[in-house]
Amino acid sequence: MHETALSESRTVRWGLIVIALGFLALFLVLPLIAVFAEALRRGVGVFVAAFADADTWAAIELTLLVAAIAVPLNLVFGLCAAWAVAKFAFPGRSLLITLIDLPFSISPVVSGLVYVLLFGAKGLLGPWLEDWDFKIVFAVPGIVLATIFVTFPFIARELIPLMQEQGTADEEAALTLGASGFRTFLTVTLPNVRWALLYGVLLCNARAMGEFGAVSVVSGHIRGLTNTMPLQVEILYNEYNFVAAFAVSSLLAGLAFVTLGAKSFLEWRHGDALAAIRRH
Amino acid sequence: MTGRRTFLAAGGATIASIRTILPARAQAPQDVVLTNVSYDPTRELYRAIDDAFSKRWQESTGQKVTIRASHGGSGKQARSVIDGLQADVVTLALAADIDAIAREAKRLPADWQSRLPNNSAPYTSTIVFLVRKGNPKGIKDWPDLARQGVGVVTPNPKTSGGARWNYLAAWAFELDRTKGDQAAARKFVEAIYRNVSVLDSGARGATTTFAQRAVGDVLIAWENEAFLVQQEFGADKFDIVVPPFSILAEPPVALVDAVVDKRGTRKVAQAYLDFLYSPMGQKIIAQNFYRPFKPDAADPADLARFPKIRLTTIDQAFGGWTKAQAEHFADGAAFDQIYKPGRPVTR
Repeated sequence: MHETALSESRTVRWGLIVIALGFLALFLVLPLIAVFAEALRRGVGVFVAAFADADTWAAIELTLLVAAIAVPLNLVFGLCAAWAVAKFAFPGRSLLITLIDLPFSISPVVSGLVYVLLFGAKGLLGPWLEDWDFKIVFAVPGIVLATIFVTFPFIARELIPLMQEQGTADEEAALTLGASGFRTFLTVTLPNVRWALLYGVLLCNARAMGEFGAVSVVSGHIRGLTNTMPLQVEILYNEYNFVAAFAVSSLLAGLAFVTLGAKSFLEWRHGDALAAIRRH
Repeated sequence: MTGRRTFLAAGGATIASIRTILPARAQAPQDVVLTNVSYDPTRELYRAIDDAFSKRWQESTGQKVTIRASHGGSGKQARSVIDGLQADVVTLALAADIDAIAREAKRLPADWQSRLPNNSAPYTSTIVFLVRKGNPKGIKDWPDLARQGVGVVTPNPKTSGGARWNYLAAWAFELDRTKGDQAAARKFVEAIYRNVSVLDSGARGATTTFAQRAVGDVLIAWENEAFLVQQEFGADKFDIVVPPFSILAEPPVALVDAVVDKRGTRKVAQAYLDFLYSPMGQKIIAQNFYRPFKPDAADPADLARFPKIRLTTIDQAFGGWTKAQAEHFADGAAFDQIYKPGRPVTR
């Protein structure tokens, strides 16, 4: 009597498992298989040939470049913001938290348009930029800016709850023992949050490489110059080059797998340390 | 650069001696990059044009030119150029979009259209229908698109140039049939748009919606786009239906003065546009299913593919693009009144 009240009946348990797995298969596994199947439909040769295109290479390079700029900048920003929010009480603190969440709640298209309105030729700073011959929108700086905007909550959002939970006791101890502020940060705060930081970086990186909407608005879609991988996928698809489109898609998916793989590996390798911090 | 050029011009003997001294690369003029901001269905055409032009340019000047292309809905592309996209040349779907660039951003003079032959249109096209093989819905003419139960695919006239030609072709058809009854034309176009379930932002998006994703019974399409779909997907999948009456679409090209002068690319950009009018350019144009301005240079076999249609023009039926744009596609104008969003999906 007591037991049945605490655990569900066999049918319910199996039913739930089947629903969860079926859902995963339908919405995650099936589309992924479709991407790879479509990419390899005409054989490995055609798949590989898709990457021989110079414009596709340029798109891959640009995507990696944008991620390489956006992720470190957001790492620094995320750490600073999370530290400020979690460890100190100051006026405007909750406003800062709300602002950090803003990119999550705004449509990426709007995020892109903001930069066009600001830096476009008809925008607020546009004429001034034009005088200096400095291009932001429809050029790489605009793509980097839009990507940073869209991805900047990822790291801060991972860190804030953890840092808040950990409180300031460790830091206070370090400071009483005579450590400098920077040393405290480096040897106490940072190791305490390193797992959350890593998750944040991985998520941020995945989104930075995959972002479509915001980047599409500021890109100008110049081939071989301002197309990132997601934009190149759209172009290839629109040119009836379906195999190449899915080949680039599968590369994007592959990069996501590498990210997930890295995360799983680190989890497995440092499982104990992770359990000690008890997150994720 | 300039210094070296005058120096070279000094005399044949000097040139010869310099040639032997300087490494070959130092003599070749600097590589140049042109950006061509174009509309949606011209991707294949300009790939062929760009290859042929850069080859010819290198042969005649020794300079290596790379053409960077950007494609999208014509209106959207014009908007990007206004917002600062650095296009050396624009090759858009209709004059009103280049007019907008001249008016809003002053990047080229207002009289740009008179600078090149044939109203700056090196090629023309028209609007036809693409239907599924065997034409199961029996679509033959414009009124068939207004019938109940026919799924029509056409892009969004707000962002796409082709979509505006589609819309105006339908309007012009009913005007022609009723001898100028504007109210009837409006009702007719309204009935067609009631059958439209998806509005893509560009012509190419609409084509993939129809051909790849199998939405709808008929695609209102550029003639060149319809031919291209048959070529890409096989003639056994789709039929082209040519209505007896349509509109002459004149997609114009223009130099963007503000950009070429700043970048110093005027000469090569002008040559690029002139190349479109050259015999070789006209031949490539016909190969890619656009109707050449000067058909003499084109392959007669390519020309034979174009059906004879009675065509009206934007000037005859609507009094020019400025008027048509204001009356039909401006905010709150005819299209906004006809097309009720919310009911069908807008993308």
